[in-house]
Amino acid sequence: MNKHHVTATVNGEPVEYLCETEATLLDVLRDRLGLTGSKEGCGTGDCGACSVLLDGRLVCSCLVLGVEAEGRQVTTIEGVANGGELHPLQQQFLDDAALQCGICTPGFIVAAKALLDHNPNPTETEVRYWLAGNLCRCTGYDKIVRAVMNAAAKMREEA
Amino acid sequence: MGNEKLHLDTHQFKVVGTRPVRPDGVDKVTGRAAFGADFTLPGMLCGQVVRSPHAHARIRGIDTSAALALPGVRAVVTAADLPDLPSEVSTGGESPINFRYVSLNVIARDKVLYEGHAVAAVAATSPAIAAAAAALVEVDYEVLPHVIDVLDAMREDAPVLHEDLYTSGVEPKPAQASNVAARTGFTLGDTAQGFAEADIVVEREYSTAAVHQGYIEPHAAVASYAADGMATIWCSSQGQFMVREFCAKLLGMDVGNIRVIPAEIGGGFGGKTTVYLEPLAVALARKSGRPVKLVMTRGEVFRATGPTSGSHVRVKIGAKKDGTLVAGEMVLKYQAGAFPGSPATLGGMTGFAPYDIPHATAECWDVVSNRPKCAAYRAPGAPMAAFGVESALDELAQLLGMDPIELRLKNAAKEGTRTLYGPKFLRIGYAETLAAAHAHPHWSAPLGPNQGRGVASGFWFNIGGPSSAAVHVNEDGTVEVVTGNPDIGGSRASMAMMAAEVLGIEVGKVRPMIGDTGQIAYSFLTGGSRVTFATGKAVIEASEAVVAQLRARAAKLWKVEAGEVEWRDGHAHCTKTDEAREPLSLRQIAHSAGKTGGPISGAVSINAAGAGPGFGTHLCDVEVDPETGHVTVLRYTAIQDVGRAIHPAYVEGQLQGGAAQGIGWALNEEYVYDAQGRLQNAGFLDYRMPVCSDLPMIDTVLVEVPNPGHPFGVRGVGEVPIVPPLAAVANAVSRAVGLRQTQLPISPPRLLAQLDSKGR
Amino acid sequence: MATVVLQGDLARRCTGGLTELEVDAADYRELMSRLGERYPALVEAVRTHTAVAIDGEIFQDPLLEPIGPHSEVHFMPLIGGGAPPVRRLG
Repeated sequence: MNKHHVTATVNGEPVEYLCETEATLLDVLRDRLGLTGSKEGCGTGDCGACSVLLDGRLVCSCLVLGVEAEGRQVTTIEGVANGGELHPLQQQFLDDAALQCGICTPGFIVAAKALLDHNPNPTETEVRYWLAGNLCRCTGYDKIVRAVMNAAAKMREEA
Repeated sequence: MGNEKLHLDTHQFKVVGTRPVRPDGVDKVTGRAAFGADFTLPGMLCGQVVRSPHAHARIRGIDTSAALALPGVRAVVTAADLPDLPSEVSTGGESPINFRYVSLNVIARDKVLYEGHAVAAVAATSPAIAAAAAALVEVDYEVLPHVIDVLDAMREDAPVLHEDLYTSGVEPKPAQASNVAARTGFTLGDTAQGFAEADIVVEREYSTAAVHQGYIEPHAAVASYAADGMATIWCSSQGQFMVREFCAKLLGMDVGNIRVIPAEIGGGFGGKTTVYLEPLAVALARKSGRPVKLVMTRGEVFRATGPTSGSHVRVKIGAKKDGTLVAGEMVLKYQAGAFPGSPATLGGMTGFAPYDIPHATAECWDVVSNRPKCAAYRAPGAPMAAFGVESALDELAQLLGMDPIELRLKNAAKEGTRTLYGPKFLRIGYAETLAAAHAHPHWSAPLGPNQGRGVASGFWFNIGGPSSAAVHVNEDGTVEVVTGNPDIGGSRASMAMMAAEVLGIEVGKVRPMIGDTGQIAYSFLTGGSRVTFATGKAVIEASEAVVAQLRARAAKLWKVEAGEVEWRDGHAHCTKTDEAREPLSLRQIAHSAGKTGGPISGAVSINAAGAGPGFGTHLCDVEVDPETGHVTVLRYTAIQDVGRAIHPAYVEGQLQGGAAQGIGWALNEEYVYDAQGRLQNAGFLDYRMPVCSDLPMIDTVLVEVPNPGHPFGVRGVGEVPIVPPLAAVANAVSRAVGLRQTQLPISPPRLLAQLDSKGR
Repeated sequence: MATVVLQGDLARRCTGGLTELEVDAADYRELMSRLGERYPALVEAVRTHTAVAIDGEIFQDPLLEPIGPHSEVHFMPLIGGGAPPVRRLG
């Protein structure tokens, strides 16, 4: 199997790794770099549990090849908090009980962060459609949407 | 609108009823929490399962030589590596656990019974090699005719799955094997007499499709096997003790030689209350001498793990002109998948349970067919039966010109009502949910064109069962609470809260932990809506045992009798007034524990009885697009008697989650098979579960009618919420379009076809 | 005397159709022992995969639960909600 040498930046840190041509970015993050916060729920880009930001853009890492990260910036759930300080979204998910089993939570937080990074004042409809690519089976989405809107409001206040 | 709580009994709690941040929450929002697939061990091999491409076939032989010869392959297992278990019913169940069936489902022997049925498993040094090795396993199949649908499987000329399956529960005993595994029945009163008294009768047939629990986390397990015969398994499951027991049985090992360490679980809903990968991972680890990791793909989850049954339900209800129900009859035919064990009997027990009907019968049929073996799904069997009954009641209400909630109120079961399955109800809160629904602004809000409103109710028993808890007081006064139940929905927080309530300390000082099978005494699994009730009871009792010790230690320090010490607000208070004694805090007593007798802890194992049943009533507004048949859920309110909400946010979460699953069941979810019996929609794109943009906010009302069987009044809440939504949605659509919906899912093509043929 | 109430199917198979039985017993074990004297087939039928309701309260694995002089006892299928509960033999 042909392996490629890739250099990239993950959560602000330079990394390098070897990976097969067909390895996905998700495989690389989980199996090569030990970043198991991104989850594989389906492997076909339908559930969003593997959501990461690639040069600031929300993608399903199961649909990106490991080699495609060459020279690019990747942000995973592990890079959302600022050291020990939780991002307002993370804190709001906790305060608003917006998780039950927690498997979809990393994907939702990364996706919600991508939304708020470019739209700090989304309506409920905008939040729901933006997050339509993230599946949750436990919560019915109610508390997740509330948490995102509440976090957005807090972030606007602090800005 | 949001979320409301109605207290019907008052009690001053300090911690119970508040909403602290859950103790495992930070790990879950930062990606640190370890789920089944997140574990690795040094030297670990990657496993892959080889699965049948055929829906029904005899296995003439399996040749593993090419696979074994591939460099990097360290082991291959087939059914030959597991004991051939006899078909004995060694333990009980609503459909008995026959471990032979469990074993055959984990890995096929002689026959494959569904597309995706496991026939072998390999372990290799990389995922790519494991995949290549799996493709090299040669299985010689003799393809047989297959059958998918439950009614087809019941026909005399249907292909028979099990040559030794004879229908139980029928007289005379059948001479031929068939796909009809069992018939059970319940009778109350005399329905012939009842129907004779009826002024009006509604009789309809309904059908529902098989639906999957849909947990986002695929099954995953890592197993290692030491040379001394000790196996260790890390896996996500709904019960580490269940995994231990099932693996011991399937592998012919002593229970004491298996240690199961529970990972965090990414959803279960009943689907992870059995084993699929774990015995195979252990078998591979045993054969290769190295740890082995097995993870399912999403396609494997759909093809080879239990959905719940599809069903055909016939309901007949008789009533007087004034709405009094006089008779009820239901016939349920549920598909079990490849092995017997559908929850048809439970459907028969629950369908009429919310109502006081003097004459009723239920006839329940369990039928096998060439589909994956069904597994429990949240209130197993109940949603399908409720779909039938609650739809029939809605039709009855329309015919009588009655408000459907008032129809239900008129006939609501209450304390002392006789159930169809035998006993009378103790204290229940069904009528209270109806009253809350009737008074809710949702019920009287105006509706627009193409919109309809549905109401439906539902019931689930909730169970108790064996649970253990240990409470340890640390030297600095912080406390650990160890239990044996995986936390699916936030139960850790409730355990900490109940302990904090009894001990009288801040919940932040209590650290809940989930022990593996070696660290905590036996606990029955997380399911049956039992953890907050039964494990909570164990936690309360263990905390009370600790309080007794704290009082005794204080008594020693004060040189008084233990009976002269009270525990209040986290402190020991001396009731003897001969001298001034400052109250002693838990922290102070803990600090001197070594001097007064040693470490302070309490451990309790109980078999909890007294689980109170739960009832829910849901309101749903929909709008139908007449051009596409698409149904939009505009508004949804879930009302349930929850006994006592320990942590209201997580109780609300159960109602919202169950409602969302029920909405998916009603509108979109189903299995689609081709003519060869192969699943066509084995992924989330085409197995369409509700997404964020499909749903509105789901309002909840927590009605609290405390359960006298629990010290804090807790009732199980997890399963009831999936029972009403099927009919709540269907009734709403029926009223929106003026056509009674009897077939689920009400997907756009189906609804559009109905609208077109009605010429709308 | 406690009353044991049976569903029709069970009565037809085990007691010749009798759906209500009067039994004098102080606990579940005694109840089953007394029933076993008259209806051994019934005791065998409910030994596995059956839960018991005593005065409305459901027990999945009973042995020593008290039975009162006016108690009502029903046999019903075990309820899982997950994997079926384990009802050990003996």
